[in-house]
Amino acid sequence: MMDLNYVRTTCPYCGCGCEMLLETVDGKITRTLPSKTNLMNQGKLCIKGWNVHEFVHSRERLTKPLLKREGVLQEVSWDEALDFTASRLREIKGKYGGDSMAFLTSAKCTNEENYLFQKFCRVGFGTNNIDHCARL
Amino acid sequence: MTNSIPEIEDADCIFIIGSNTSVAHPLIATRVYRAKAKGAKVIVADPRKIHVSLIADVHVRQNLGSDVALINGMMNVILSKNLHDKTFIDDRTEGFEKLEQKLKDYPPQKVAEITGVSAEDIEKIAVMFASSEKSTILYAMGITQHSHGVDNVKSLANLAMLTGKIGKPSCGVNPLRGQNNVQGACDMGGLPNVYPAYQVVTDENNRKKFEDAWQAELSPKVGFTIMEMMHGLEDGSIKGMMIMGENPMGSDPDVRHVKHALEEAEFLAVIDIFLTDTARLADVVLPGAAFAEKDGTFSNTERNVLRIRKATEPPGEARADWQIICDISTRFGLPMGYDSPEKIFEEIAQVTPSYAGLSYSRLEKGPIPWPCPSKDHPGTPILHKDRFTRGKGLFHALDYRPPEELADEEFPILLTTGRFFPHYHTGTMTRNSITLDKEMSEGYIEVHPYDAKDLGLTSGERCRVVSRRGEVITKVLVTDVVEPGTIFMSFHFMEANANILTNAALDPICKIPEYKVCAVRIEKLVEEMKDHGIRAVVNG
Ligand code: SF4
Repeated sequence: MMDLNYVRTTCPYCGCGCEMLLETVDGKITRTLPSKTNLMNQGKLCIKGWNVHEFVHSRERLTKPLLKREGVLQEVSWDEALDFTASRLREIKGKYGGDSMAFLTSAKCTNEENYLFQKFCRVGFGTNNIDHCARL
Repeated sequence: MTNSIPEIEDADCIFIIGSNTSVAHPLIATRVYRAKAKGAKVIVADPRKIHVSLIADVHVRQNLGSDVALINGMMNVILSKNLHDKTFIDDRTEGFEKLEQKLKDYPPQKVAEITGVSAEDIEKIAVMFASSEKSTILYAMGITQHSHGVDNVKSLANLAMLTGKIGKPSCGVNPLRGQNNVQGACDMGGLPNVYPAYQVVTDENNRKKFEDAWQAELSPKVGFTIMEMMHGLEDGSIKGMMIMGENPMGSDPDVRHVKHALEEAEFLAVIDIFLTDTARLADVVLPGAAFAEKDGTFSNTERNVLRIRKATEPPGEARADWQIICDISTRFGLPMGYDSPEKIFEEIAQVTPSYAGLSYSRLEKGPIPWPCPSKDHPGTPILHKDRFTRGKGLFHALDYRPPEELADEEFPILLTTGRFFPHYHTGTMTRNSITLDKEMSEGYIEVHPYDAKDLGLTSGERCRVVSRRGEVITKVLVTDVVEPGTIFMSFHFMEANANILTNAALDPICKIPEYKVCAVRIEKLVEEMKDHGIRAVVNG
């Protein structure tokens, strides 16, 4: 049996924040439809919104963690990538202090992710070296 | 935004400055069209001919970077014609005398010389704005991306306060945020000087509050901004960097400098959904999830907090970014045990006064605009209704300062940057969309027919654009969309990226780079070079 779903969500492109429905068939997004009840977009989307699902299933997406070995990024397991990252971060903090780290958070990520990232920076390293591309 | 998007539709006068609204914010442009259909006056101040300027009652084309002078000129007219709102000024503002004094230096004739806008037009738009009942200001990166961007924004606030067009329906000063969650990233404390909800880090009470909430010792020092981080990497004060979902190699000015800085890092970790130019430089790249693959919230430009919901699984082994942060943090020695975005949001509500009344169960019914201080508060579509955040609104007496880089003999043309309708930012997402890529698969520069004639250029041929920082080769479109002596280019196309050329001169206060103006020269290509296709050359 075909598994058809409509999931209500928000466009990830511009600051208008149009609400939309993602149509999924067997777990893959097949179409994007505008929300009719949202007061802002009232059943409309722009060309970027209508086609928003296309980049999600792009074949260019990253699917595995990558680690640079001898100048080349190579696929590795999550365990290896995470352990490497955590130990390098500990080394840098230990050797040069927390103010030697800088964090760039994202106007594309969720509020929850932005919150966690700045908390990790401020609590983990005792520094306020966190910024994002809002200025850009 | 101080007001909500739907309110724009009921304005009597809409002043759009530095916003290519139909391209960058299509659904806001819709409201502008509807307002116009209902009889509203539309004023557009933009150096280029853009879609909203075609429907405008008045379109003024100010010289690049002359916005402060233009707005001062408008305010000069408003005062001399006695169109200012004296009650509002008396009750709600301070610093008026200083502004009044300053504005004496900006009579329309003088402003006309600086801005290239005629004195009659300056008068016309000033009267139109001040004498309409509900006047609203919409602005975007065309205002902020200058070395004097903060002055530009303050000038617009001056204009709104002088005429009492703030704190009321369909009025206000409304920044249109370029990226979907710029608002949220700022709200959440993704800035070097503030914790969540703009609570400044140098204030001891704030710091104590967060030290208690997070059970940690926090730094009282303001951190580095993005451009300072890049300099820090070069001078060795910054050793490591973590980047989540950003591509400074595409979006930052003077790409050559950014590349050099990132290469200096002893450790660079990138979380992203594509292998961007920035990710290629990293020591470790962690595959994150796209918006459709996770739960969470975004805050749009009208401060509406909106849910996003998971519709599909991330590809391969990719994971939600919040999970990646928890994983790294835990292994780093700082355990983070959040099992869902909702749990994180509950903590956000506890430490962020403007989000205190929000919860996933409330947002289930639809978006709510912050400030929403308590569970029974309906949210706040209009800011500054009875008072400003600081009490009284402060006028700023400001002088016009020219852009950092002006045209000269060697670089006689001014370059300005922006977006094209099918694309977004550095193109990471839109160029991976088949339909949008088909709409426009390569970039071009817009060159005025006069300049094209001088240079012997025709539409469709390739030319070289050179600035003090680098050069790119790109296609030409001859069009009077731009004024003579200026060209326009986007930063969607990494192989011919305007940001190789742009100037990293920063606004002294908010450190926004001057994307909107830099000096370049255009070189016609010799015959055999023409078929080489578009490429970018980074000097040095
Ligand atoms: S659909 Fe278009 S107008 Fe709406 S949020 Fe997305 S990009 Fe912006």
